[in-house]
Amino acid sequence: MIRTRRAAAAGPVRTRKRGRRSPLASVALVAVGLLLTGGAYTLFTASSGASAAIDLNSAQAISQGKKLFQANCATCHGLALQGTVAGPSLIGVGAAAVDFQVGTGRMPLAQDAPQAQDKPPVFDDTQTKELAAYVASVAPGPGLPSSKYLQLSGNATRGAELFRINCAMCHNVAGAGGALTEGKYAPNLNGVTPAHIYEAMLTGPQNMPVFNDANISPQDKADIITALKATQQNANVGGFDLGSLGPVAEGLFLWIFGLGAIVAFTVWLTAKAN
Amino acid sequence: MTTTSEPLAYDRTEPADARRSSGGLTGWASNYLDERTGISYVVREFGRKIFPDHWSFMLGEVALYSFVIILLSGTFLTFFFQASMAEVVYNGSYVPLKGLDMSAAMQSTLNISFEVRGGLLMRQVHHWAALLFVASIGLHMVRIFFTGAFRKPRELNWLIGFVLFVLAMGEGFTGYSLPDDLLSGNGLRIIAGMVEGIPFVGSWLEWFIFGGQFPGTSIVGRLYTLHILLLPAAVLALIGLHLVFVVVHKHTQFAGPGRTNDNVIGYPILPVYAAKAGGFFFIVFGVVMLMATFFAINPIWTYGPYDPSPVSAGTQPDWYIGFADGALRLVPHGWEFVLFNTTYSLNVLVPVVGLGAFLGAVAVYPFLESWVTGDKREHHVSDRPRNMPTRTGIGAAGLTVYAVLWAAAGSDLIATHFKFSIEGVITTLQFALVVGPFIAYFVAKRVCLALQKKDREVALHGFESGRIVRLPGGEYIEVHEQVDDFERWRLVSFNDYEPLMIRPNAAGRIPPQERVRAVLSRWFFEDRIEPVTRTDVELSSHH
Repeated sequence: MIRTRRAAAAGPVRTRKRGRRSPLASVALVAVGLLLTGGAYTLFTASSGASAAIDLNSAQAISQGKKLFQANCATCHGLALQGTVAGPSLIGVGAAAVDFQVGTGRMPLAQDAPQAQDKPPVFDDTQTKELAAYVASVAPGPGLPSSKYLQLSGNATRGAELFRINCAMCHNVAGAGGALTEGKYAPNLNGVTPAHIYEAMLTGPQNMPVFNDANISPQDKADIITALKATQQNANVGGFDLGSLGPVAEGLFLWIFGLGAIVAFTVWLTAKAN
Repeated sequence: MTTTSEPLAYDRTEPADARRSSGGLTGWASNYLDERTGISYVVREFGRKIFPDHWSFMLGEVALYSFVIILLSGTFLTFFFQASMAEVVYNGSYVPLKGLDMSAAMQSTLNISFEVRGGLLMRQVHHWAALLFVASIGLHMVRIFFTGAFRKPRELNWLIGFVLFVLAMGEGFTGYSLPDDLLSGNGLRIIAGMVEGIPFVGSWLEWFIFGGQFPGTSIVGRLYTLHILLLPAAVLALIGLHLVFVVVHKHTQFAGPGRTNDNVIGYPILPVYAAKAGGFFFIVFGVVMLMATFFAINPIWTYGPYDPSPVSAGTQPDWYIGFADGALRLVPHGWEFVLFNTTYSLNVLVPVVGLGAFLGAVAVYPFLESWVTGDKREHHVSDRPRNMPTRTGIGAAGLTVYAVLWAAAGSDLIATHFKFSIEGVITTLQFALVVGPFIAYFVAKRVCLALQKKDREVALHGFESGRIVRLPGGEYIEVHEQVDDFERWRLVSFNDYEPLMIRPNAAGRIPPQERVRAVLSRWFFEDRIEPVTRTDVELSSHH
């Protein structure tokens, strides 16, 4: 911008020559700038997702996490993570559990309900990781997943089969969620990040069983995540998926909109001309 | 043809040639056809058939048209579907299933969806039209029931329609099971369990049906034969019979000026009704097409191939089998017991028998009602539901039973989507199943009686005009205006029934079934509003 203005001041002939070049140059400049910013952003987000942004072992992260924990979590979980009547002990739950519970907004709990619900998280990613660092520093537990399992590069066919056998009875075959006893439920998996899915399998939050690495290997977990994302991307092959809820949604749609439209047509066809 | 008429026929050929020039190709062609088939008789007779106009009279047509759509799309699907449970490896274009073992049925259904041009659209057209078929039959039946259009002489046609409804459910369920995906396999497993629940013969019957242990390798082939051969043939034959009866009986009509038990007022088939009905076919086709284009149904690629071990959350049958699924879900805990080494699964048996009884009651209702009312007359004028309060109440109760069972099939989704506990939903629905029909019966009956009272009031004293007049004495009155004769006709013309009197028969005895009949008759007609007579109207118009 400044350069063009300066060029304009330099003279009409030069302006035309440089004026020809300068739009291209500025476009290129913008492109390079965007590429750099985007690239840096991608690098940054990818690395933060892979837990490398914050060193979980650094004393600073741990002490920051401790402060956050004491201010926000200790009321229920106890100052030494030992648990109280209001909340379970967190000794040995590991960084993965903290990242899942806090990262999906389930913790801190909003209300006393059959099950913690996911909601917009209270803490940002850095704070979540600091909390995880602190909890992991007190006693060892399952750590954050390695980024190589979160690349959606696993075997979708095998993952889908594993999902059907291990997960679909609660989460529904399309990951649309399902009911459990006494008001509890298996949540909808649509839109959950790969890291959170991995951590949920690893730590078994709420009523979910633990699928540890001996049960479902990390590669199997990566396959499941790949399949889940592939299914969700392919969900609308046949049109709007009506929530992937199966025949109940289809039946309701047919009665309300299908038959509803047709009844409206019958009324129109038999209406008397006024 | 007699010999005397032959010269006549011969004579006609001469002017026919003359007409050929004046009437054009159409005239010549219709004459050609008529001389060889005598079709003009059919056109004259059938073309002058009268159909009364009311929106609810078109619901049966919707069922007919959706069946035509099902036949057309289904034929397309048979070109590509392989009804075999032979194990193959999927190598089609849907990546998340690539390399997986599955049955040829599942593979060919996936190929229809992803490889055959227009295949997915046809699958979705077929499935949406199937849902619409059963739904429109249901709504059609409800209309027939509440307007009393099943009364003499139409009881047999009600029965045919009922069998069609059951066949349609059978068609739907066999079709649902064909792709051999996870959802359909889960559905079959439930049916297998229901069969097993039958005492003594259950296990044998299951092995007989599945050709061995569930799931076996023959069930898809067997269901396919039923789905594309036996059931459609039966449906088609019964639809034909159903329509013949409609022609023979003529269509019912609602009470209105000039409409009696001996005539039919409406439009003739040709040209008005045929044009309307033909256009309506394309409207139904269009609605189904739009649904199939924009809304996915039964995405089997998401469900994956059937494997007896996984059962997905939210596994439900298509809506028309929902009431059976719901009945199973509502059985209280612990209804299964072992006696002398035999397990008695009352938890399965009671719903199966209960559903059978419910459907049986629907089938025999016309005969039951005519026995109770003792009404052997022919009826061609439909009732307004309010004018038969007890029947309407019974219908409301029946619909409540159906609706509760239906809702129970979606109990898990009700729980997750409205944030209830599933136990709470089940308990509520169990309660509603027992108490709901009674509440529905009394409310519907009272509403009917109240509406009848209002009709009587309007017929006798007119309607409130909203015009307030102050009389010279200071009194305020609201002016009531008399309804016109056309409107009054609708209000006053309905049958009046009275409870039957028990009378001894020729032998001087009162048989027990007559006592039952009298009790039922009293229940039917105890609370009633008599129709306004001409005298009543004349008397009321004088003051």
